[in-house]
Amino acid sequence: MRQRLIAALGIVGLAATGLTACGDDSGSGSASGGSGEKVTIGIKYDQPGIGLKEGANYTGMDVDVAKYVAKELGYGDITFKEAPSAQRETLLANGQVKMIFASYSITDARKEKVSFAGPYLTAGQDLLVKADNTDITGPDSLNGKKLCSVTGSTSAQKVKDKFADTVQLQNYDTYSKCVEALGTGSIDALTTDNTILAGYASQEANKGKFKVVGKTFSTERYGVGLKKGDTETCTKVNDALKKMVDSGEWQKAFDKNLGASGLKLDPATNPPKTFDACA
Amino acid sequence: MDVISEFFSEYDGLQAFRTTIYLTLLSALLALVIGTVVAVMRVSPIRVLQLIGTAYVNIIRNTPLTLVIVFCNLGLFVQLGLALANKDSHTFINDNNFRLAVLGLSVYHASFVAEAIRSGVNTVPLGQAEAARAIGLPFLKTLRYVVLPQAFRGAIAPLGNVLIALTKNSTVASVIGVTEASAVMKVMMENRPDVIFVVFGIFALGFVILTLPVGVLFTSLSKRLAVKR
Repeated sequence: MRQRLIAALGIVGLAATGLTACGDDSGSGSASGGSGEKVTIGIKYDQPGIGLKEGANYTGMDVDVAKYVAKELGYGDITFKEAPSAQRETLLANGQVKMIFASYSITDARKEKVSFAGPYLTAGQDLLVKADNTDITGPDSLNGKKLCSVTGSTSAQKVKDKFADTVQLQNYDTYSKCVEALGTGSIDALTTDNTILAGYASQEANKGKFKVVGKTFSTERYGVGLKKGDTETCTKVNDALKKMVDSGEWQKAFDKNLGASGLKLDPATNPPKTFDACA
Repeated sequence: MDVISEFFSEYDGLQAFRTTIYLTLLSALLALVIGTVVAVMRVSPIRVLQLIGTAYVNIIRNTPLTLVIVFCNLGLFVQLGLALANKDSHTFINDNNFRLAVLGLSVYHASFVAEAIRSGVNTVPLGQAEAARAIGLPFLKTLRYVVLPQAFRGAIAPLGNVLIALTKNSTVASVIGVTEASAVMKVMMENRPDVIFVVFGIFALGFVILTLPVGVLFTSLSKRLAVKR
């Protein structure tokens, strides 16, 4: 008898938690959403100035563009989800995210798996060095130096193949470890897209310690990743991006997130004036 | 299936797996040495040594391996300047990272090796040690000639498990830039997202090829070499 009572209480308890869980869900949805549908968007969580998660807040250029586009598309309730580089294609293919804004360069190999809208920003590979460094002026002056990048990224490999074959490569799993090593001088330069470098250079803890060399040697066109063949969303996203640029919101978002670092993007392609055809 | 030929030609996947094997074997040897010393400390009659051995096992075993490896690079090398290779060499970064990874992997796995050997020591009946003492052998000689030879034969199966875990854990070395198998897998995934599951499959198969025979070998060894009592 006693056991039955406990079991019955347990079931009631479970049901109650289930009910409250449901209640919470609908509550938060209407509180933050207002009107409009829900959408899940993939961003980076660990790149200052681009896509950064700080507590419950998301900041960065990618985040602001994503918010603008989602609003233009009629979504009222955005859920951000981390989209690490290696998982971006899978997240889109499974439908776990609707769109990806995660410093996602448009390449032919990626077009096999996903569709791209945009580009919404054109970055380029660059170098980050200590603020007092004068002998590294570009990729050609890296011979005999120590260069850092992230395992799996193609940027460091490109330097070695094209510019300086006696450069030594240090790979870490995150850029912040490269920044740490650059600070103590155990490496000489860090290479990746200038947007990401500018984000690190302008972080509170690193202010004044590093500088971006400012001689880009590649073109990285950041696109909005979409499920393969989703031309309908692609067209809408391009329209929204065009509106964002025309209304001056794009420039505002750029100044807010990356302006302080003194980053100079190529004015011929930024802000974007033309967008790739959706296919 | 051109991605499979790319694995061999463009990305030199075999070289990556060779690095994994070197990393595993060197770390295994060093871990065996450190682990044996720690196990001996734990079973020694000297209280201080017992405490040091216990502390080593409990602290290291409960620290995440990624933390140990990252500390070896960012802590020991970047902050404290401890370099394990010639700083002027053209391959300094690669050599230094490889050695730091071996250091981290062996220090970490030594705690598991020590526990495996200690469990082996517990399989040796007390009468063996008492007999050794009775004929006048001091502690170290009792260990060297009577207890440890039997302990190792009893510890072969758990030591095999540690070796298999070490093989797979060596992938953590990629966080400090050692170009072993998982690092090359990340490069291939970045460049060929269209065939991501094939890439993943190739590397998963590679690790199965490495670890399965080890498991079979150690199981058969543990049966053949077990002390018949």
